[in-house]
Amino acid sequence: MNITNILFILFMVGGLFFFTTATIGLLRFPDFFSRLHATGKGDTLAVFLSLIGLGIYEGFSLTSLKIVFIAVFMFLAQPTATHAISRAGFRSGLKPWFKEEEKS
Amino acid sequence: MNQFLLGIGMGLCILVFFILYRVVFGPGVFNRIAALSAIGTKTLIILLIIGFLYNRVDMFVDISMVYALLNLIGTLAASKYLETAGEN
Repeated sequence: MNITNILFILFMVGGLFFFTTATIGLLRFPDFFSRLHATGKGDTLAVFLSLIGLGIYEGFSLTSLKIVFIAVFMFLAQPTATHAISRAGFRSGLKPWFKEEEKS
Repeated sequence: MNQFLLGIGMGLCILVFFILYRVVFGPGVFNRIAALSAIGTKTLIILLIIGFLYNRVDMFVDISMVYALLNLIGTLAASKYLETAGEN
C-alpha cells in the first residue's frame, strides 16, 4: 500500500461522492435552474477528481498525458455547456422558482 | 485494485440509471438535455474504468476523448437550436 494507491483511492472516492451529490441535486431540486446549478458544479469537480485519480494510477506515460488533457478540456467545456443551456432556457421563457411566502 | 475499480464503475452505472428518470419524465426539453449531459460525463469515466479493467487504456482513452468532444458539441448544438426555436 504505497502512496500512489492511497492517493488514487482518495481521488476516486471523492469523485464518486461528488457525482452522487450532483445526482441527488438533479433529482430533488424544484426547478430547472437549481437542478442545473447542482449538476454543473458537482459534475465538473467530480470529473476533474476522477480523471486526476486515474492519471495517478496509470503512471507517467503518454496515456496519462492524454487523461490530464481530457481533465483540462472538461474543466473548460462543462461550464460552457452549462452556461449555454441555461441561457437558452432563460431566453425561451422559463421562470426561476421562488419560495411561496404569502401562503404561510 | 481491480475490485476497487469495479466497485467505482458499478456505482457510476447505478447513478446513470437514477439520472435516466430525469431524462424520461423530466418536464420540458431543457431538463432532458441537462440530464443527458450529466449521463455523458459519467460515461466518460466509465469508459476509462473499462479500459483499466481490460488493460487496454491506450485504446479507450481515445474513445473517451472523442466522447467528451461529442458531448460538448451535442449540448451546444441542442441549446442553440432551442434558443432560436423559442419553445419550452
